Amino acid sequence: MAGLDKRVATYEQALEGLTDNMTVLAGGFGLCGIPENLIAEIKRRGVKGLTVVSNNCGVDGFGLGVLLEDRQIRKMIASYVGENAEFERQLLSGELDVELTPQGTLAEKMRAGGAGIPAFYTATGYGTPVADGKEVREFKGRKYILEESITGDFAIVKGWKADHYGNVVYRNTAQNFNPLAATAGKITVVEVEEIVEPGVLLPSEIHTPGIFVDRVIVGTFEKRIEKRTVKA
Amino acid sequence: MALTREQMAQRVARELKDGFYVNLGIGIPTLVANYVPADMDVMLQSENGLLGMGEFPTESTIDADMINAGKQTVTARRGASIFDSAQSFAMIRGGHVDLTVLGAFEVDVEGNIASWMIPGKLVKGMGGAMDLVAGAENIIVTMTHASKDGESKLLPRCSLPLTGAGCIRKVLTDLAYLEIEDGAFILRETAPGVSVEEIIEKTAGKLIVPDDVKEMTF
Repeated sequence: MAGLDKRVATYEQALEGLTDNMTVLAGGFGLCGIPENLIAEIKRRGVKGLTVVSNNCGVDGFGLGVLLEDRQIRKMIASYVGENAEFERQLLSGELDVELTPQGTLAEKMRAGGAGIPAFYTATGYGTPVADGKEVREFKGRKYILEESITGDFAIVKGWKADHYGNVVYRNTAQNFNPLAATAGKITVVEVEEIVEPGVLLPSEIHTPGIFVDRVIVGTFEKRIEKRTVKA
Repeated sequence: MALTREQMAQRVARELKDGFYVNLGIGIPTLVANYVPADMDVMLQSENGLLGMGEFPTESTIDADMINAGKQTVTARRGASIFDSAQSFAMIRGGHVDLTVLGAFEVDVEGNIASWMIPGKLVKGMGGAMDLVAGAENIIVTMTHASKDGESKLLPRCSLPLTGAGCIRKVLTDLAYLEIEDGAFILRETAPGVSVEEIIEKTAGKLIVPDDVKEMTF
C-alpha cells in the first residue's frame, strides 16, 4: 500500500490500528454482502468494547454473531436483530446495549456521516419510541424528528471487485449498506473477490470511488444463504 | 367464513394498477405477488436494494447475492435495478412507492399502527417498517381481525409501541375491508358469509356501518 495504491497483503494489515472501544461500521443485509473475513479478523484480534453499526447482527456462529461469543461487542446499533439467540440472551441480560434504529434512518445516518452532514430531519419514527428525547420540528405542516449522523473509526465493507485505486463495484443485492459504510469510516477497509487491473472497471460504472477507501484486500467467501428458497 | 391468507392476498391484489411500484411486507403481503393480473405489469420494490423482485429461483439459478427483504433467495425480473440502501429508502421515504402492504399487531381509529414490538416478549427491531409507513400515501394493512382468544386488534387506541402515527387509512382483515376516517373504522366490505354482527362484536374501536356495505366475492 503506497500513495493511491490501496492494496494490502494480509488481513492483519487490513485491520491494523483497530483497538478496544472503537466504533466499527459494517456493510451487509442479513448474511448477504457481509465482510466475513474482516469480521473473523476482528474475532482473532480479540478487541473488546466495540460499538458495531450494521443493519443486522448475523446469526449464531456466522457473521457479526461470532463477535458476541467472546463478548467483543458492547453496543450494537441495528434495525433488526431477530435471527440470533445469543444476541437476544445478551440483550435481555443487559450485557449488550442495543439501539434499534429504523433501517432507512440507519442508511441515511451512514450516508450523511460520510457526506459531512451532522444531522437530518426525518418523519420516520415520529410518534413512536424512536422519537423519545429527540428534537421535533415542523415542515410544511408535518412533524419530523432530528437524527444525528454516524461515522466510525473503521468501516468494514464487502465488495465484488476493486482495482488498485480502491474503486469498488458490488454484486447484486450484496450492495445494500456497503457503499454507505464505505464513505463513513475514518479507515475504510474493503474485502473483495477479485482485485482487477486499473482500467478494467470503467469510470462510469464504479459504485464506490477510491477516495473513500483506505485498504483493499482480496479474499475467499463462504456466502452462506440464510433462507434458501426455491420455486415450488 | 373468514378469509384464508390466499384470499386476503387476492383481495389486496385488486388494489393494484398497471405500472405500480409496490412494496410487500413479510407474511401475507408477499402472497400478493402471486395474484398480479396477467394484463398488468407491476414492479416489486425490496427494501434491501432491489426494484423488480422476480420469482424464487430454481436450484440451478440460486444466488447468495440475490435476496429479498425477508432474506429469501430471489431472482431479478426483466427491467430490474439494484442500488444501495440509502437509494432504496429514498424511494420509500420520498413517497415514490405507489402501494405499500404490511402486517400489524394493532391498528386504531386514529390510524396509528403497532407492528414491531411486544415489550418483554418480542424486541427484534423494526427493520424498514417505520420508514414504509412514514413515506407512503397508499398503505394497506393486512391482519387478522381478532387474536386467537377473540381479542379485537382494531382498537380505540393501540396499546403496543407504535410503528407509525396517524398513517393508516385502509385495513384488510380476515373478516372485512375497512377504511379509517375522522376517528372511526368504516366498514366497506365483509368476507363472504361473515355477518356484520360478528364484525361489530370483534371491533373494539368505533365502527361505522354504512348502508352500502358490500360482500366480497371470489
